[in-house]
Amino acid sequence: MVDFGFKLSSSNRIDLDSCDSDLFLKLKAESGTIKQCIACGSCASSCSAANFTGVNFRKTILLIERGKNEEAKELIKGCMLCGKCTLVCPRGINTREIILSINQYYKKERF
Amino acid sequence: MEGDVLIIGGGPAGMETASRISDFKRNVILVEKERELGGHILKWDRLFPDGILASDITNELKASLGNTKVILGSYLASIEKRDDYHFVAQLSSGEIIRCSSVVLATGFKLFPAQKKQEYGYGLYDRVITNEDLETRFKKSEGLGKEAPKRVGFVHCVGSRDEKICNKQCSKLCCITAVKQAIELKQLYPDAEIFCFYMDLRMYGRGYEDLYLEAQSKYGIRFIRGRVSEISQDQSGLVIVKAEDTLASRPLKITLDWVILMAGIISERENDYLTQQLSLQLGEDGFINSLDPIIKTDQTNIPGVFVTGSATGPKTLPEVLSEARSTALTVNEYLNKIKNG
Repeated sequence: MVDFGFKLSSSNRIDLDSCDSDLFLKLKAESGTIKQCIACGSCASSCSAANFTGVNFRKTILLIERGKNEEAKELIKGCMLCGKCTLVCPRGINTREIILSINQYYKKERF
Repeated sequence: MEGDVLIIGGGPAGMETASRISDFKRNVILVEKERELGGHILKWDRLFPDGILASDITNELKASLGNTKVILGSYLASIEKRDDYHFVAQLSSGEIIRCSSVVLATGFKLFPAQKKQEYGYGLYDRVITNEDLETRFKKSEGLGKEAPKRVGFVHCVGSRDEKICNKQCSKLCCITAVKQAIELKQLYPDAEIFCFYMDLRMYGRGYEDLYLEAQSKYGIRFIRGRVSEISQDQSGLVIVKAEDTLASRPLKITLDWVILMAGIISERENDYLTQQLSLQLGEDGFINSLDPIIKTDQTNIPGVFVTGSATGPKTLPEVLSEARSTALTVNEYLNKIKNG
């Protein structure tokens, strides 16, 4: 068979019909505040790690809600748990608790 | 002094209610704590969406007060419901008022922006509020003779914020920011203007058009992100930090001026009145209507009515329409108690 150099790409879209909501459900059960986000970006704006790393809590919980857990995990890797995001959140989301829970989830379940 | 209706608050809601109840040949007493009628719009220059002068509206409202007895510079020291149909109130001047019904048109308060310390209002000279800017427009001062190069508007200051216990959306600030941004651009055509918003709530007729005009005609730039912090540099310019949430990157900008859109909060100074009358307040501090759709101007106490932004943030046309409907409700109530 002639190789034309074409290949199948994996889908880039968010597929809400078959997404992995395991982590989101766990976080929702542990701390209801994760559902309260209005995506204002205060957390990412005040983040002491965000100027030099890709840390972005707003995007993390959005991606978890959309079932993109692996991508989300990468976005809190540089977090130093300073807690500024908890202080500024206008919806009173317990950001540190959620970050710790995500870390715990990956330590227990995946590694 | 005796009257059929005692109206507390001489802003647009109180004035319009007074003039419409007077039309029914009722004795109306209107009490205003300031020395002038008008309320908040006294400090406002032009009104959205068409730029009508606020002073024109105030004058028109004042002119139609009819036989209303207006008491200025006085507030209610106490109020009591005696028997079923009568209220006895004492003013700060000591004067006693007897009336058959009471309308609370006590309005709102602008969020004191210094409470949001991270924005530096009161600390940095070039951080001012929406109200300060209107006062400057009124005095034809603008932002001074030296044209600013860059100005930023910060939306939702004291609104939608659990950290300062104001969860509600103030509703008017989005369109006010767009209006003020356009006015600044008209004054200073070369200035770059930025609006930092979380959501733009352009719900009224003509608002979306104004937003579009702000973008296309005036080149005002909208950045989706809540400002987390404002600081000052050595030259006195202000540095604003936010997340550009649509680009998912932290953002920093140096500006000549920052305008904080202080939100609408309940007038807690009247808490003693609502307590004395046993009125129900919502979690947000605004007075609760008997129901939120049909009986919006009635309260849990018969004979006590509420109108305007005492029940939550409202635009001026909404306030005036509600005031007219309150006048009908009050008149109906007075007819009913007269006929037993």
